[in-house]
Amino acid sequence: MANHRLPNHDIISLSAVERREIEAECRHYPKRQAAAIEGLKVVQKHRGWVSDGSIQALAKFLEMPVGELEGVATFYNLIFRQPVGKHVIMVCDSVCCWVKGSDPLTQHIGNRLGIKPGQTSEDGLFTLLPIVCLGDCDRAPTLMIDGQQHGHVDADKLDQLLLELEPEIQLMEVSDG
Amino acid sequence: MADNADITFSKPLTGLIREDRSPLTLKEYRAGGGYRGLEKAAKKMSPDEVLEEVKASNLRGRGGAGFPAGLKWSFMPRDDKAPRPRYLVCNSDEMEPGTFKDRLLMEGNPHQLIEGMACTAYALGAEIAFIFLRAEYSVAAANISAALKEAYDAGYLGSNILGSDFSLELHLHTSAGRYICGEETALINSLEGKRANPRAKPPFPQVSGLFGQPTVVNNCETLCNVGHIIDKGADWFKSLGLGSDSGTKIMGVTGNVKRTGLWELPMGTPIRELFEGCAGGMADGYSLRGFLPGGASTDFLLPEHLDLAFEYDVIGKAGSRMGTASLILLDDKTCPVAMVRNLTHFFAQESCGWCTPCRDGLPWSEQILDRIERGQGSMEDLDTLAWHTQFMAPGNTFCALAPGAAEPIQSALKYFREDFERHIKEGTCPWH
Repeated sequence: MANHRLPNHDIISLSAVERREIEAECRHYPKRQAAAIEGLKVVQKHRGWVSDGSIQALAKFLEMPVGELEGVATFYNLIFRQPVGKHVIMVCDSVCCWVKGSDPLTQHIGNRLGIKPGQTSEDGLFTLLPIVCLGDCDRAPTLMIDGQQHGHVDADKLDQLLLELEPEIQLMEVSDG
Repeated sequence: MADNADITFSKPLTGLIREDRSPLTLKEYRAGGGYRGLEKAAKKMSPDEVLEEVKASNLRGRGGAGFPAGLKWSFMPRDDKAPRPRYLVCNSDEMEPGTFKDRLLMEGNPHQLIEGMACTAYALGAEIAFIFLRAEYSVAAANISAALKEAYDAGYLGSNILGSDFSLELHLHTSAGRYICGEETALINSLEGKRANPRAKPPFPQVSGLFGQPTVVNNCETLCNVGHIIDKGADWFKSLGLGSDSGTKIMGVTGNVKRTGLWELPMGTPIRELFEGCAGGMADGYSLRGFLPGGASTDFLLPEHLDLAFEYDVIGKAGSRMGTASLILLDDKTCPVAMVRNLTHFFAQESCGWCTPCRDGLPWSEQILDRIERGQGSMEDLDTLAWHTQFMAPGNTFCALAPGAAEPIQSALKYFREDFERHIKEGTCPWH
């Protein structure tokens, strides 16, 4: 199944654990393809992101065309088609959090880590992404780190959260004014 | 127990939910009257009787559209020759900005949703059901999973529920993002493992939905009401509403108020009671300029509308929609143009790209709003914006995303036109 349009040809094989977890999802549906999104999430859970090789292996496992699975994978924003950092920070940029200062908060995080939204820090520890409304609007501004939500976040709380995750890191000096 | 019974009489949805939202166990839910509705349905009522009870209750869809739930169900073929399997899907993809009500219901009392879904599936003769849950609600996912296990073990789900010949498989599906998944036909495509593009209607999902089979999709809050309606009756549910709508509604307030949060109030409660009585009015130093009454995709209303009854038709007549009943406030310290730019950015980003007015019209609108906000707009830009809202109007697009996106734009142009014009005339944002 050579595909010259894909940059890497490392057709991986799914691990036994991945196959078991995806198979459990397949059982909920009359067609294996219906487990595509859950399958992508399983792969991402174990590997951190979904590579071209993973797409090919998963498509084969789900008995669906590679191209179609690629179309699904790129549609959903929480499927990562590029490697991400050890920690993924997602800051809500929707209206309620915006009113309560999500823009300066995002800027503060970026300054602290030396990255812009969409980037990963050079040490590979943090990826910063914008995210739509997290449904936690009464605690705005909110963000999610590694799947866990935090509300009423300000610059001090954010610094504390970063240091709890990675006590060794040197936060860059910033002037948020 | 008497106390619990009283609480669920006036606040059926949230009365039992704890302050810290730790989930009610099956035992606790039952002690508060839980699963009485399902017991009554499965043991004493026919599926038609359950459907008629819900129809008589005038329960309207709590996801935003307000379509009568019983009527929606009645479009599903249910006779002996009707296709099988039939599906019930709970739409828990809560992604409307400013909306966080279903999260409370699923985190705090997942059994209430399971009971509502079981009663609904009984009425529909559906044997397979899914909860379609947005990815970020991981606490809800864990609490629902634990409750599903308890419900299967206790015989409220699975084969021959409560000794009847009714069987139901209920699965939790967690999604991977994208607002468009909340549109019911896009949700069905997503549940089939596809890109979440909406489908053409007809055929409607009740006839040909998930995997081509008859399917009903209801919002989480809608379904949470069903067990209570069966248990306490349609007349009780109707008596809860203060005006023409039945039941209670979980209403929210966000923004610069004294207290943000969620409150379960009777349908038809004056908006002022929610805004001032529950949320305490504006925080010190802020005054109210307007509000989106039902999430990001609804038209702005003004302070003069605060005395309206919060119910579907009244808000509709005032030129907006009740939507999800989550007030998003515009205060005097916030620039209305920048706020609408933020809203439009969301909708432009979340467009699935399937049809032109949405895919092209929304990014175009966002660019115009950005230009105006930066003081580089022209008066013609306002006409172009208004023109886009007409192109995105209902009937011109495949689904309701773009018409919803047009609502805050068109109403901001109506109510805050002076602010747009000041940006253009002064060449800068007056709020900067």
